[in-house]
Order: sequence, then C-alpha cells, then structure tokens
Amino acid sequence: MAISQEPVDTSTPSESMEGSEILRVEDLHTSFFLPIGELQAVRGVSFTLKRGQSLGIVGESGSGKTVLARSIMGLTLAKHVEISGKAFFNGRDLLTLSRREMRSLWGTEIAMIFQDPMTSLNPMVKIGRQVIEHLRQHKNVDRREAKQIALDLLNEVRIPEAESRIDRLPHELSGGMRQRVSIASALACEPSLLFADEPTTALDVTVQHQILNLLSREQRQRNMTMVLVTHDLGVIAGRTDETLVMYAGKVVEQAPTAEIFDNTQHPYTEALMRSIPRTSQPSHTPLAAITGRPPVATHLPKGCAFSPRCPYVQPRCHEEDPSLVSIGTSEHKAACWYPVGSDANREAFERNLSDRLPQTLAVAEALDADQGSETSADVPDGELT
Amino acid sequence: MQKMIVGRLTRLVVTVLVVSFVTFVGVNVLPGDPVNALIPIDAQQDREFVEQIREEWGLNDPMVVRYGRWLGDAVQGDLGRSLVTGQPVTDEITHRLPITLELMAVAVGFSLLIAVPLGAFSGYREGRRSDRLVSGLAQAGLSLPVFVTGLILIYVFALRLQWFPAVGWNRLSDGLGPNLKSVALPALSLAVTEIAVYTRVLRSDMIATLKENYILSARAKGLTDRFVLFRHGLRPSLLTLVTVVGLNIGFLIGGSLVIEYLFAIPGLGKRLFSAIQQRDFMMVQAITVLITVFYVIVNTATDLVYMVVDPRIRRTN
Ligand SMILES: Nc1ncnc2c1ncn2[C@@H]1O[C@H](COP(=O)(O)OP(=O)(O)OP(=O)(O)O)[C@@H](O)[C@H]1O
Ligand code: SF4
Ligand SMILES: [Mg+2]
Repeated sequence: MAISQEPVDTSTPSESMEGSEILRVEDLHTSFFLPIGELQAVRGVSFTLKRGQSLGIVGESGSGKTVLARSIMGLTLAKHVEISGKAFFNGRDLLTLSRREMRSLWGTEIAMIFQDPMTSLNPMVKIGRQVIEHLRQHKNVDRREAKQIALDLLNEVRIPEAESRIDRLPHELSGGMRQRVSIASALACEPSLLFADEPTTALDVTVQHQILNLLSREQRQRNMTMVLVTHDLGVIAGRTDETLVMYAGKVVEQAPTAEIFDNTQHPYTEALMRSIPRTSQPSHTPLAAITGRPPVATHLPKGCAFSPRCPYVQPRCHEEDPSLVSIGTSEHKAACWYPVGSDANREAFERNLSDRLPQTLAVAEALDADQGSETSADVPDGELT
Repeated sequence: MQKMIVGRLTRLVVTVLVVSFVTFVGVNVLPGDPVNALIPIDAQQDREFVEQIREEWGLNDPMVVRYGRWLGDAVQGDLGRSLVTGQPVTDEITHRLPITLELMAVAVGFSLLIAVPLGAFSGYREGRRSDRLVSGLAQAGLSLPVFVTGLILIYVFALRLQWFPAVGWNRLSDGLGPNLKSVALPALSLAVTEIAVYTRVLRSDMIATLKENYILSARAKGLTDRFVLFRHGLRPSLLTLVTVVGLNIGFLIGGSLVIEYLFAIPGLGKRLFSAIQQRDFMMVQAITVLITVFYVIVNTATDLVYMVVDPRIRRTN
C-alpha cells in the first residue's frame, strides 16, 4: 500500500491531511416517519474531512451508516423522510441543493460504491457501458474515446483481459470482478469524494482484501477523499486516516484510526474490537459477539443508547445520555461516562462482575479464553487489549 | 438454437394435427347437414340427388377416412373447395389473409407505441396524479368491449367528423393513404384494450424494476431520469409484456373477428363467420387450422423476442 503520492503531496500521508476542507457535516439528523412512529436513523452526526483524507464509519447493522452516507449524498431514501443539519461540500450545503444541482455532482464530484456487486450492476447492460455511460453524459466524450477510457479503467482496477471483458454482462463475471467494475465506474469521472458503503461485505475474505487494497491505492494515488463504511473494524485498520464509530444513529467515538486502536475509549468500540475476525483463528470460529441487540431506532432507551448491552453500565448511564467530548487530545472524542481504561471504568467493571451482570460476565469469559490463545489480530497496526 | 427450431416444428405439427382433427369432428357433429350448403333448398327433398352429391363429395365415408383424405390433400397445399362457392379454399384465404394480418399488426404496433412510453412513465410516477390518471384510463379501456369501442369510434370519427370511412376496405394496392384510412378505426378499436393491458403490465414491472439496486446506482452516477428509466429500467421490465403480447394475440384474433364484422372488412374473420353460418365446413376447417398455425408462430416469435430483449438469454443459447 506504500504507493507514492500525487505530486502535490510529496511525502507522508499525514501531509495530505493538511489539505483544504472538502466535506463538513454539522449536526445531521435523518428520521423516517413510519406508521409505528418516528424512526431516528441518524441523530446528530458531525465531522469534517480534508481533501485526500479517508474516513472509516464503523457500526453494527442498523446503526445508521448507510442512511448517513445517503443523506449526505442526497440520494432519496424513502418517501416520509426528514433530513436536517448541514453538509458542506466544497463550501456548498448539499442539503439545500436542488435535484438537478445534485445530479450534476453525482458521478462527477461525488461517487458511491454500493454493498452488493451482484445487484448494483444492471444485469442486462454490458459492463463497458456501465463503466463510462455517465462519463459520456457528463463530459461529452465520443464513443471511441469512451471505450478507450473504459478499457484503461478496467485495466487500472486489475481486471484481466479487459479487452475481451468489456462487452460482457455482469453475470459472466465473479463477485470480485463485478465490484472492480463498480469501482472503475465510480472512478470514471474522477470524483473528489467517494463513498464506499460496505464495498466488500458480500465478497469472500481473500477477495475482500484485494478490493480494499485496490480502493486504498486508488484513493491515495488520486488524492481522493474517501468515506469507507463497514461493520468490521478490521477493514479500516491501516486503511483510513480517521474513524467514526456509530451506534444507534450517533457517533460514540471519533479519532484518528491508529488512535482508536491504540487507545480505545468507548465500550462499544472495545466490543467491536473483540469481534474483529482474526487470522490466527481457524476460519469459522464464532466471533466474540456483542451481547444483546442494537436498540430498535423507534424505541431508544433513556440515557446512553448502549446501556442495555454495556458491560460497564452504571445507574447514571440509564439517566443521562453522554455527549461526544474530547478525551486526552482534541482529536479524540468519545461519548461515555466511564471510558475504557479509566479508573472509573475498572471500578464499574468490578461492580458489575460482582453483581453478575450477564454482559459483564460474557466479557470476562472472553478475556479468560483470550489469555490462552495467540492474540494476533488481522490488524496491521492495531493492538488488541 | 437448432434444437429449439426442431422442437418448435414438432410442436407445430402436433398442435395442427390435434386442432384440425378436433375441428373436423366438431364441424361434423354440429347440427345441420353440410350437404345443405351444396344444393338449393328445393332440391334437398330429392333423395337420389342428395345421395349422389354425398357420394361425389365423399360425405358418406367414415369420419376418420374423410379426415385422412383432407389431411393428405392439406399437406400438398390443397385445402379443398368451399362447399358454398365451389372455389378452392386456398384462393380465398390468400386473398383475405393479408387484410386480417395487417389489421392485427397495425393494432399491436400502435398499442406498443402508445403503451410502452405510457406504462414506463406511469411506473416512474407511481402514486402521483399522472400515474393515477393513466391507471384510471387503463381501467376504463379494459372494461370497454371491442364492439362498443368500435361503435364509438365509428360514430365520432366516421359519422360525425367524417375523417375516416365507416366501413369497407382499401387494399394497399389502392394506395397507402386510402389503405391507412381504412385500417385506422378498426385497428384503433382493437388497440384500446391492448393499450390498457400492456400499460398496466409494463407499469407494474417498471415499479418493481425501479426499486432495484442497479437503478439507484445508475442514478448515483448522475444519469438523467429519462436515461435511467429507458436505458436501465425498460429492458428488465419488458419480459412480462412480451409474454402478454404473445398470449393476447389469441384475444386479438377473437377481437378481429368482431371488428371485421362490424366494419365490413373482407378479412378472414368475416369469412369465418359466414362459413360457420353456412356450414361451409371446408372453409371453417381451413381457417381454424390457419389460426392455429399463426398462434404457434406467434409463440415462437415471442421466444425470439425474449432473446432480443434479454441479452442473458442470447448469450446462453
Ligand atoms: N428507507 C427506509 N425506511 C425506513 N427505515 C429505514 C430506511 N432505511 C433505513 N431505515 C432504518 O434506519 C436505520 C439505519 O439503517 P442503515 O441502513 O443506515 O443501517 P446500516 O448501519 O447501514 O446497517 P447495515 O450494516 O445493515 O447496512 C435502521 O433501523 C433501518 O431499519
Ligand atoms: S459506560 Fe455508560 S455511558 Fe459508557 S457506554 Fe456504557 S452505558 Fe454508555
Ligand atoms: Mg448499510
């Protein structure tokens, strides 16, 4: 992944972080109005991204990652939806733009890669055309030129024998190849911001790595800003600059990716760490699952949304919802009354252990089991505690 | 491909055999003696004469023998002679068939021309006012019987506005203009129901297609709605429509019988009517077989159209 940077950023990746601000999201809320009531899918998310930076958004299924990405991008989610807040892209608030204005940004400035390459390509349209059709519409390139660009792109995303594959239909390609086609299509108009919504969840583990590496390489080479959405912390380790951990529509922890791994603050992030698949374990070993289920977004618990599942939960957590505040450095924020590693946290753990709280016992058990086995995770520069 | 053609031909042969035999039996067990079509009423009392005619036309042989004879001639292209006019049936058919085919082709073509954009648009605007309007019109179109539509059209466009002739037919050899004028109203009468059916079928498939992920990803590329609708949405939504158009040809044949009668068009349908009335069973037999063959051909054509619409089928064949 140590591919050289664009001429603008000559040295380390950290320097690309000094670029100009490209995306600033402020207090974004998205609610669906359903017959059973209001479903708050996103509840006040804020973050900023600089040009060339990459951001990982991590959280379990249902935590609001997709809704967040689509709200920013302005892709219609449903009929009865309300979005509030701000999302500045190069200084323009995307949430105030008309559909026509958004359409002129889609594909050219902001692109998206979807989760399932089996269904996100049209089964009846040749892949070559799907890679460059928007290029032809946006930029008026002629047919021959477009074909050459499609070929170059397919080569760039490492599709072997691109020449013969350009006229194939999606079902004639494997899942990994199809996702490469989607990536090629997303890159066609050289967008400055790329959303990748679980781009590898539907793929085999080995293919996952190839696709993620391809994405990272393209992101760095093109100095593109990338938002990588995933439910697997292992996916973003070593690949994104920043990380945002979401739970029940809120950001619960936010920090540079390395910092998240080295100095985990939020109990939920810690739980996610434990569920990263490890290469040392034989495959199909059940992951240390987080006890319980995420709350239903129409019936959120009072206080901290994680409280019903948290091994450190204390009476205060049921009453007051902790807000996202800086911890240690200003770059590292978490929303928890008893952050991991603090004395208060250790005391809370001991107390819950003696109260025999189920989720606390489960964690203690997992820790004991871990002591025996090798703790080498599938994390290049992260440490698991 | 080859296998498919062989399979289709076999099916065609079997179908024609079954249908022609059933028709043969049916026509023969109908009340009324076909010999009555052959001789004037006053001569029908003359037993000897009747017997002679029966012998001459082979009406006294067992049914199976007669069917065998008919079949033997038919495979050689001889469909016998009309019991009423005495003319070879094939002559009359070659004269009338083009008219009926033109009527049906224009009706289907016109229906598709209207229904495809209408259905696609209506599906795209699902639930909006324009969609509700289209759906309401389609519902109305469906509930109008063909002959009512025909009568309304005749009244408005032929009698009132006098834009088109009310009855009769001008052949293509009489010039394209007059020909189109005479096909317009009858074809439109047939088309109203077809448009309604096609529009509804395409609309519902379109609604389903537009929920697909690849439509969202096409839109996320900034393609215009029209491009997404017609270049990405249409093709996958056409498969049911193709099936329905193929199946509906059957109804269309029935409809064209009525319409030819109503507009006094000298097509096959009109002839079938009079043939049945006159117990001209050679003619009935021939036209029925022809309709069967036509139906099987349409079915095969439908499968070919699938291949055109869905490139995946083309590839695997
Ligand atoms: N169109 C919609 N209508 C109603 N509710 C929706 C809609 N889309 C998402 N939701 C709800 O919003 C919440 C967040 O969903 P979202 O798809 O963003 O989760 P996610 O984090 O992307 O999860 P996953 O890993 O399953 O993709 C869920 O409770 C979901 O049921
Ligand atoms: S300790 Fe309390 S505030 Fe912190 S995550 Fe657990 S329940 Fe929430
Ligand atoms: Mg999602």
